[in-house]
Amino acid sequence: MIYAFYIFAFIAVAAAAGILFARRLFHAALLLLVCFLAVAGIYAVSYAEWVAVTQILVYAGGVVVIIIFGIMLTTRAPGRPTAISNSKWFSGLLLGLAVMGFLITLFLRETVGAPTVPLMDERFTLVNRFGIALMTDYLLPFEVAGLLLLITLVGAAVIAATRNKNTSS
Amino acid sequence: MIPIENYLVLSVLLFSIGLMVVVIKRNAIAVLLGLELMLNAANINLVAFNLAHPQRLDGQMFAVFVIIVAACEAAVGLAIILRAYRLFNTAVPDNISTLKEP
Repeated sequence: MIYAFYIFAFIAVAAAAGILFARRLFHAALLLLVCFLAVAGIYAVSYAEWVAVTQILVYAGGVVVIIIFGIMLTTRAPGRPTAISNSKWFSGLLLGLAVMGFLITLFLRETVGAPTVPLMDERFTLVNRFGIALMTDYLLPFEVAGLLLLITLVGAAVIAATRNKNTSS
Repeated sequence: MIPIENYLVLSVLLFSIGLMVVVIKRNAIAVLLGLELMLNAANINLVAFNLAHPQRLDGQMFAVFVIIVAACEAAVGLAIILRAYRLFNTAVPDNISTLKEP
């Protein structure tokens, strides 16, 4: 179990770093898919089965497909892959490494002596409790999320499908 | 069992790589990829803190709603990118500098 966590963590960080150095946008999207699946594995070994399944369904199945559609619809020349041009390497790396170092030192200093993650029963399943809680205690956020999804669907369709008057596309 | 520091360090690594992607990449869709990475890093923290309190479900529930909102954000963001691409014929935000139609 503990080795699975480190393997999934390594895959996730390696895929994320691959996005940073990817030359083509499509490769970056596929590396993002690998990263999402590895994070879903981390949820699965952390006793969050429902979150893992939702991650695979929504992120790996929905968001990545939407992003790939967006990449295909914004290619300049058909048949030629979209290359990503980078800019501001120095400031980007400086900002990212500064945030990384600051947060890691803060977390490692603050959580020394904090209670570690307790060992839970292997056969302890959360999905049953999760479904009951979603329909009782968390009913209002659940319904609001459904309403938000509907509004997003209509809004995205309206934004993307409206044609301009003077452009002929 | 896995110490909670490992979750925190993994989440910091993913978050800062997402931040670097947002700053460095010039294409708007690549910036969206970085945003999704940062949201994932926050979700790992939520699930990890929920592990320390196994009798409650708040962290995992919060993570699921973050995933839902992230899906909405990706859909609307791509719709805006497609619209801007049709208007300006580019998906690079640095090249879009006019408020009015070109």
